[in-house]
Amino acid sequence: MKHTVELRDHPAELRKFRLRLSISAGFVLIFFMLLYARFYYLQVAQQDHYHTLAEANRISILPIVPNRGLIYDRNGKILAQNYSAYALEIVPSKVVDIESTIDELATIIEITSTDRQRFKKLMKESKRFKSLPLKNRLTDVEIATFATNRYRFPGVEIKARVFRQYPEKEMVSHVIGYISRINDRDLELLEQNEELNNYRGSQYIGKIGIEQSYEKQLHGITGFEEVETDAAGRSIRVLSRTPPVSGNNLILSLDLGLQDAAEKAFGDRRGALVALDPNNGEVLAFISKPGYDNNLFIGGIDQENWNLLNNSIDRPLNNRALRGVYPPGSTFKPFMALAALELGKRTAEYSISDPGYFSLPGVDRRYRDWKPGGHGRVNLHKSLVVSCDTYYYALANDLGIDNIHSFIGQFGLGKKTGIDIEGEVFGLLPSAEWKMKQFKQKWYAGDTISVAIGQGYNLTTPLQLAFATMIIANNGKAYLPRLVKQIQNSQTGMIEEIPPKLLKKLNLKPHNLEIVKNALVDVTRPGGTAAKAAINAAYTFAGKTGTSQVIGIKQGERYNEKSINERHRDHAMFIAYAPAEDPKIALAVLIENTGTGGSTAAPVARQVFDYFLLGQQPDATIAQFSETVDNHAHEHL
Amino acid sequence: MIEIRKIWHYFVRYIDGFLLIGIVALMSVGLTVLYSATGGNFSKVSHQVINISIALVVMWMVANIPLQQIKRLALPMYMMGLALLIAVALFGEINNGARRWLDIGITKIQPSELMKVAIPLMMAWYFDKHEITLRLRDYLGATLLLMLPVFLILKQPDLGTAILIATSGFYVLFLAGLSWRIIFGLLAIAAGSFPILWSIMHDYQRQRIMTLLDPSQDPLGAGYHTIQSSIAIGSGGVIGKGWQNGTQTQLDFLPEQSTDFIFAVFSEEFGLIGNTLLLLLYLIVIGRCLVITANASTQFTRLIAGSITLTFFTYIFVNMGMVSGILPVVGVPLPLISYGGTSMVTMLLGFGILMSIQTHPKLIKT
Repeated sequence: MKHTVELRDHPAELRKFRLRLSISAGFVLIFFMLLYARFYYLQVAQQDHYHTLAEANRISILPIVPNRGLIYDRNGKILAQNYSAYALEIVPSKVVDIESTIDELATIIEITSTDRQRFKKLMKESKRFKSLPLKNRLTDVEIATFATNRYRFPGVEIKARVFRQYPEKEMVSHVIGYISRINDRDLELLEQNEELNNYRGSQYIGKIGIEQSYEKQLHGITGFEEVETDAAGRSIRVLSRTPPVSGNNLILSLDLGLQDAAEKAFGDRRGALVALDPNNGEVLAFISKPGYDNNLFIGGIDQENWNLLNNSIDRPLNNRALRGVYPPGSTFKPFMALAALELGKRTAEYSISDPGYFSLPGVDRRYRDWKPGGHGRVNLHKSLVVSCDTYYYALANDLGIDNIHSFIGQFGLGKKTGIDIEGEVFGLLPSAEWKMKQFKQKWYAGDTISVAIGQGYNLTTPLQLAFATMIIANNGKAYLPRLVKQIQNSQTGMIEEIPPKLLKKLNLKPHNLEIVKNALVDVTRPGGTAAKAAINAAYTFAGKTGTSQVIGIKQGERYNEKSINERHRDHAMFIAYAPAEDPKIALAVLIENTGTGGSTAAPVARQVFDYFLLGQQPDATIAQFSETVDNHAHEHL
Repeated sequence: MIEIRKIWHYFVRYIDGFLLIGIVALMSVGLTVLYSATGGNFSKVSHQVINISIALVVMWMVANIPLQQIKRLALPMYMMGLALLIAVALFGEINNGARRWLDIGITKIQPSELMKVAIPLMMAWYFDKHEITLRLRDYLGATLLLMLPVFLILKQPDLGTAILIATSGFYVLFLAGLSWRIIFGLLAIAAGSFPILWSIMHDYQRQRIMTLLDPSQDPLGAGYHTIQSSIAIGSGGVIGKGWQNGTQTQLDFLPEQSTDFIFAVFSEEFGLIGNTLLLLLYLIVIGRCLVITANASTQFTRLIAGSITLTFFTYIFVNMGMVSGILPVVGVPLPLISYGGTSMVTMLLGFGILMSIQTHPKLIKT
């Protein structure tokens, strides 16, 4: 490489520069000597003075951790609470041989291998001077035993601590979430938000669910105690005290009784249910089955339990209501029907003759109806009541994907609803633009056909379906779904209502809504796909059944439930609201791998309604339905 | 073997071995102290190892660029820095009452950090350009180039960075031969303008100066930092309390142990002996930098090298001075030792430039 450096160096200038540089070097030396003199002064001349200061008179500022706010259901039933208990704690820096100390402790107090593992993990993550729990929740006998042997264990102490507990465990685990020990990532986040000071001394932080999303409300403000300590860091006397401010209590909109009724209606089946109050968006029930015992996570979950939960084929840690995405199946049809009426593509009177299949003009491929041979003459009303596929195949072709996408998008399908817990997923309401972006492929007319009956690229969460159902039930009002209804100030006891938030009001013609809603009521009457579930109901209810395909069925093949692996069977779906004339509850139910919506999902909705509207426990109605599960050929509802 | 040697040669061609050894030695001291300061937190130490690795790669890359090319960057870099500083003043994020960060979507940046490199580059470029006719007018022009960003940073407000950047610019002026009369004149003006400065200072800045004069005035507030770090250093004595045994450190009396106050941790645990060795190590690195500066072949390279070297020294002096209680607490990290990625990268960028100056062929014999 050749460098072109201009020759313009004047010796005089260089001399001048070097003189200046030498002066600078002199300054560097002088300043370093200044520093050295200061160090000498501090570390030699004044060493005794500072040594005394460091050893004897220390003023230490100790944080006082506030009590975490409690969580209640709408009727005041407790969902998350605190209790005081004694913990056996070790300060690693004060113990010479930790292993043997624990071994020795184990001879007087039972210490499990789980306790040991957890303690080792904690030790790796924490400072050596921090007091770490070896065993929580000591019994009175254990406390007494240790007290008499205390002299043998320097550096080991019994401390009063506050613990979190979730009495309802599995039933509300997916709503409440849990707190767990603060880790490095939490610390980084706290530092970013400049909240680190408020967490000095705090051991726990909300990780998921309400515990996470309302962390700010629940945590409270850390207090401080100024204490004089001796050389070992033990406090001698308290100089001043700023008390902590407890976290605020949360009152959820959730109805624990309803939650329990829904749980019972599910039995052992997997799935999800979200019930909303159509008048304000309050979440009345929020089920994801199976749940998990959230108490396990508080002290840091041990490997064994973690493996059990994490590797289970039932995926109990997956919040199906919030994060599970499923094709909506025929529950998509009411929205398609509304689109047809609102966009003027169909009238209520218009009818087709259904031969049992649909073909696009000039194409051989047949899109089959679930009912071989078809439903005969079908108008819009009947298309919903009997869940006719052919009607919607033709309709979808007339509407086009972009109309479907923009109209039904208003109901929140394929979008996050904005519920007040984190982790919600988008799902997918497909459009031509989306397909181009995702696959670099243009949209085909055939793609629209399967979208029409809620299959194809369609993916929704149970929460989204409940949200959309609420909008139909209340004639177009999209309320933000929310779990927290009130916040109780821990200092004043005052309860602050969180007002409902109307996200938008859809502009739907009352006449069109009435046509669709009338059909949805007839779905639950004789001749409708959910008729059995509504037998003898003391109120009118409206709904739509659906089946969510897990695996595709090839052209010309038939779905045979018995020959298919259980986990590949279709999911049953049902959306509903009641009472139909003045809806007080709107919901979406999903039951995994159980076949058709009418036979398994709709009865769950019925039992939830019975409890909510009539106060009846599920056991009363459950027997009525358990035998009615029909094993017909696959109904593609 | 020949092949490996060739690759090796290619790799270290533009690296100044002497300087590199000094730098790595200081970094090793830094990691050792960091381990203790974080109470044995391995994840923080490994994070710093990543910071160091990135900074070393930056240094290597810069060292491989001939100065002619770096020179071309001076004006655009300065302009960009200035534009970003103006953007901060207009849309910056407010944190703790100061507007220093700019959110550019992917990440947040602190444009004043860029200026730490851009200022010496720009001013050296400017003097290099006007070399033949160096008049008072040129010094005034250079001063204006310097004061513009300094003023913007002062408004953020970030007194510490503003002073450091002003200092690095002053070094260029000084080395370019600013007359002594003007230097003393400026010093007189600075002394005279102190009352005015005092009146525009923010409360917390005044507080810091007041507590510097008498830390015991406010032992739990602003004076807390200085008192605790003085106790840490003083109680360390001649031989120190030993690695990981500093009580001030381990019992959390020391604030910001892994960043700005890490020197107090070192001092407490390694004592006066440690301090002596650390100062010597720094002196060796500075000495090497001065040699590189003295041997630089053009006005541009001389000024840039001189400014980088003296700024490096200033950081050390200001940090150690504030931790040991002879300077106010201004928030300056200890170069190559404090925890943090940005300052590490900025420092090694400077060393990369020095290495490039030293190792790229010089056509002039001096």
